[in-house]
Amino acid sequence: MQQIQNLSLNNLPSIWVEALSSQLIAEENVLAWLEIDLNTQLHFATSLVVVTDTRLLTKMASDEIWQEWRYQKDLLLTQRDYAGVGCLELFDAHARLAYWRYRLGNDIAVNRLIECFTQQLDYYLTGKLPVAEHTQVQCPNCAAFLFSEQEECPVCDKQSHTPPSTWTLLRLWRFAKPYKGRLLIGFLLTLCSTAATLVPPYLTMPLMDNVLIPYQNGQPINTDLVTLYLSGLLVAAVLAWMLGWARTYMLALVSERIGADLRTATYEHLLSLSQEYFGGKRTGDLMARIGAETDRINLFISLHLLDFATDVIMIVMTAVILISINPWLALVTLVPLPIIAWLIHLVRDRLRIGFEKVDRIWAEVNNVLADTIPGIRVVKAFAQEKREAARFHAANQRNLQINDRVNRIWSLFTPTVTLLTEVGLLVVWVFGIWQISKDEITVGVLTAFLAYIGRFYIRLDTMSRIVSVTQKAAAGTKRIFDILDHVSSVPESSNPVHLPAIQGQIELRNVGFRYGTRSITRDINLIIKPGEMIGLVGHSGSGKSTLVNLICRFYDVTEGMILIDGHDIRALPIAEYRRNIGLVLQEPFLFYGTIAENIAYGKPDATRPEIVSAARAAHAHEFILRLPHGYDSLVGERGQALSGGERQRISIARALLIDPRILILDEATSSVDTTTEKDIQKALDNLVRGRTTIAIAHRLSTLREANRLIVLDRGRIVEIGNHTELMAREGYYYRLYLAQARNVDTEDRAIVSVAEHSAAGEHK
Amino acid sequence: MNGADKYQLNRNSYGRLVFTDWTGLMQEGVVPVRSFPITDPDQGIALIDSHGHELLWIERLADLPEDYRVLIESELANREFIPEIKRVLKVSNFITPNTWQVETDRGESTFMLKGEEDIRRLTASSLMITDSYGIHFLIRDRLALDRHSRKLLDHFL
Repeated sequence: MQQIQNLSLNNLPSIWVEALSSQLIAEENVLAWLEIDLNTQLHFATSLVVVTDTRLLTKMASDEIWQEWRYQKDLLLTQRDYAGVGCLELFDAHARLAYWRYRLGNDIAVNRLIECFTQQLDYYLTGKLPVAEHTQVQCPNCAAFLFSEQEECPVCDKQSHTPPSTWTLLRLWRFAKPYKGRLLIGFLLTLCSTAATLVPPYLTMPLMDNVLIPYQNGQPINTDLVTLYLSGLLVAAVLAWMLGWARTYMLALVSERIGADLRTATYEHLLSLSQEYFGGKRTGDLMARIGAETDRINLFISLHLLDFATDVIMIVMTAVILISINPWLALVTLVPLPIIAWLIHLVRDRLRIGFEKVDRIWAEVNNVLADTIPGIRVVKAFAQEKREAARFHAANQRNLQINDRVNRIWSLFTPTVTLLTEVGLLVVWVFGIWQISKDEITVGVLTAFLAYIGRFYIRLDTMSRIVSVTQKAAAGTKRIFDILDHVSSVPESSNPVHLPAIQGQIELRNVGFRYGTRSITRDINLIIKPGEMIGLVGHSGSGKSTLVNLICRFYDVTEGMILIDGHDIRALPIAEYRRNIGLVLQEPFLFYGTIAENIAYGKPDATRPEIVSAARAAHAHEFILRLPHGYDSLVGERGQALSGGERQRISIARALLIDPRILILDEATSSVDTTTEKDIQKALDNLVRGRTTIAIAHRLSTLREANRLIVLDRGRIVEIGNHTELMAREGYYYRLYLAQARNVDTEDRAIVSVAEHSAAGEHK
Repeated sequence: MNGADKYQLNRNSYGRLVFTDWTGLMQEGVVPVRSFPITDPDQGIALIDSHGHELLWIERLADLPEDYRVLIESELANREFIPEIKRVLKVSNFITPNTWQVETDRGESTFMLKGEEDIRRLTASSLMITDSYGIHFLIRDRLALDRHSRKLLDHFL
């Protein structure tokens, strides 16, 4: 207890420490505290609730006085929440004494506060000190249980999203690293080829001064000198050509590999993310990111970045050469450079925002397509083609609008650079002519300068283009790293426990799960023995599927833990754990490929006899043989050639083949008619034998075989027992069963009432 | 239509609404729920019992007797938490996830935006921002915000 107290006070924000310590009576220990961020009128305001060993204390930040409630009989502290806002309430036997509102961020701290309060109240009333049963380490901030020597609390960790740095492009280095050597060679080649391209303008200087001007002044042309200079020009050109080819090829090779690595890494990471991530993201957007964005980055590295590097090298070299020829003229030549650099910088930010917008809007256009095309049957059935076309048009229109805005800035940019180039040339002309008139430089020098800066400014012009492509690439990189940075909410344990073979005992201990702000399940305690068949029963939305998702570890529990053979499932390697689970879903998904491949999906190295026997056991063998190509028949994107029952039996065969210890049937027979259900049921009977089975079924009749039925209502277990027991109890299950038995009647009545409604609608 | 004379509504000492129907059956902890909280808040309010079943449908709040209306409005105010952003003061970074410091009709606050996709367009000018805990922040008219706020917001649209 002492330790907890210290921790509590250590983490208390300093503004409260002083105020609180003056309130505490001698030997009063602070056990838990909670900073609350809303007031009772739901305005943002901080206040503090403190549980000590003698009372509950509270104070608003704006108030002077503390309120207190000493422990007494019938005090009750509870919490409930709705739409992201929690309510903590203190009751006595007669009335509500106080309540606090808070945002759900500190939900776990609230639960800890309540737990602390209840324990102390118990102690006050009964004199019994609570048993310190938690041998596990708790996070000092939020009191979440940490498992298997985890140092950082996953709950706190999840909350502190640190935004990625602006220099996102540099993060691509992670992918460039394996190609260091080749990149270095490419860089050296770039250096050499650039140097080679700078030779020709340099040669114009002696060509002018030593050959052409003397000739104009009446001297004959020196043929040897001319041959020397001209062959120099030719050699430089050929050299530049060869080096340029080598470097472009080398760097394109590397960038293509970087791009491929990036794509693979992103996709692999994407696959490792939890179900939660896929729920929140739209398919079109994710596809665009992996496909188009990586390609854009690829192009950027191979083309634009390379050009830019060449440009920088060229500018530096040119500057050095110019200064070595004539510092004054060089100075004048180089003056526009900072101005252009500044201009580039100015436009950079605006363009980046613009391009990010373009990307987002592009994803939106894709999303419209991804929404509509799979749902084309609905669109056509309700004759909403025009509406969908309008939606697409609207998205396109927005795309246009934003592009127009970006282009307005962008279009101004290039001509401005060109103008500056012309002005720069003019300045050089003026200053050069003036220097020649003073005999400070020769005509050759001026010619060389003009030749150099001709190229020089052209480079600046293309360099300015790098702004936009860099921004585009940076935006793309950011979107890629958005995926790569996303930590799976179902993290792989850093210190995994390997279980060679599992028995199949599943234990749920105080399991709670919250999706967004909705609390889906709470305080579920259940032990499922190996080989037992459990039926989950309840209305839709009662948390059945959530429970199954938690057991499969598609999501992680927010409170409590799930143990398999006594081990927390979070401590097991995910893939190894899931190998023990066979899952049969309501809507079986068949991949494009042969039936045999689909059956062997979970065990790609299965032999043909294994596949056939699995199909036999799943009662799929016969209908497969009826297909023209038997097991080699191709099933389409969603197995469209097969009926629902047939697809379901293939997915049962798939589950049978991996011979899992734990079997989960999530509404496996709901989407088929009763006759087909009987077939599937026979297949399932084979599957269930000897395995720990958790079955969810809408039709209660399909769960007759279950050893125990767990009846769920609004995220809690309300009844447990087998069919006969539960019927005898005449409780929740009984009502559910009766309601279903009446189903035939109600369906008839429903039809009548719908008819009435539509008739009434016509009257209006 | 709503049969105001046939039921009773009051608040008990535990702070819960109590609904008594025409047969005298009492239901504690009933909650009013708006059907169209954003598009048409005053139209269609349902009273829901603690099991989520509808007890009463109120077409328009204005149709109710004064005392019931006040009761329901106070209960609604107690449940509704959609702070309306009046000004965007600071955005920690233009790359999500980032922290927003905003001034709302309920005072200053900060929240975390997980990604641009959490900013939803309601109409051409109104936006709904969902923070990392699922709390909705409303921007009723983004064009009516001050220049600084508009500029910050514009980065994310």
